Amino acid sequence: MKTAVIVFPGSNCDRDMAVALEQVTGRAPSMVWHRDTDLPDGVDFIALPGGFSYGDYLRSGAMAARSPILQAVTAAAARGVPVLGVCNGFQVLTEAQLLPGALMRNAGLNFICRTVGLTVENDRSLFTSAYQAGETLNIPVAHHDGNFFADSDTLDRIEGEGRVAFRYAETVNGSARNIAGVLNEAGNVLGMMPHPERAIDVAHGGTDGLRLFEAALRVLA
Amino acid sequence: MKVNVYVTLKPGVLDPQGKAIHHALEGLGFEGVSDVRAGRFIELDVADTISDADLDAMCAKLLANTVIENYRIERP
Repeated sequence: MKTAVIVFPGSNCDRDMAVALEQVTGRAPSMVWHRDTDLPDGVDFIALPGGFSYGDYLRSGAMAARSPILQAVTAAAARGVPVLGVCNGFQVLTEAQLLPGALMRNAGLNFICRTVGLTVENDRSLFTSAYQAGETLNIPVAHHDGNFFADSDTLDRIEGEGRVAFRYAETVNGSARNIAGVLNEAGNVLGMMPHPERAIDVAHGGTDGLRLFEAALRVLA
Repeated sequence: MKVNVYVTLKPGVLDPQGKAIHHALEGLGFEGVSDVRAGRFIELDVADTISDADLDAMCAKLLANTVIENYRIERP
């Protein structure tokens, strides 16, 4: 099981993500720098961590989505390698057009940093198969730009295709239809604003995020 | 040559920042403002020979996120 965490200048959840991946796989992930052009051979799972890549210049995730390593990530995603983008990683995946929609400034304009209720919508994806549809998880969010937007045709389409993985169980940031996590068409790319890697140990205050990694990485094992 | 690029939110896309600016203007006592939309202005210093197609590609590939934004290019 080879995992990789992409590190951009300004990433700040890359170590948390590495801890989560090592805890579940027993093997430390490769930390891949944004200027690199290649991923480790035979990589099985790629994570784009949270943070403020490139200082959120231009738009959150915009510069990271055009960095050299993203070409390799896009190619790997096209081959079916699972890609998880959390928070800024989700923003990068939408900017790279690996996921639909965009993440705009929170409706209330405030940075939101708290644990929120999250409803599992799709329990059949490789990331969510250890959850039950309708189950409510408690996972922390920490973002300023988490307000998911897509036009209504796109929203209807992704809902119809079961690509909404998670929805907020409460009002959080103004996201269209309370969408908190979205899958790509093939189901191997997941972007989500909440941080599952911050809910994997009782010392974190909850372990609801652990099953996401266990599901994804066990499926791959 | 200076080329001006105006990036604006598409109609129908909610603009929380514009709304906050609107409220602040009202708070300052300015009346008669019915709506505020905030956008981005980018000034490019480019060779005179640059093609319209290249300028358009710069906007579509990076300067604007066409999921939520429109852009307008103004060259002298």
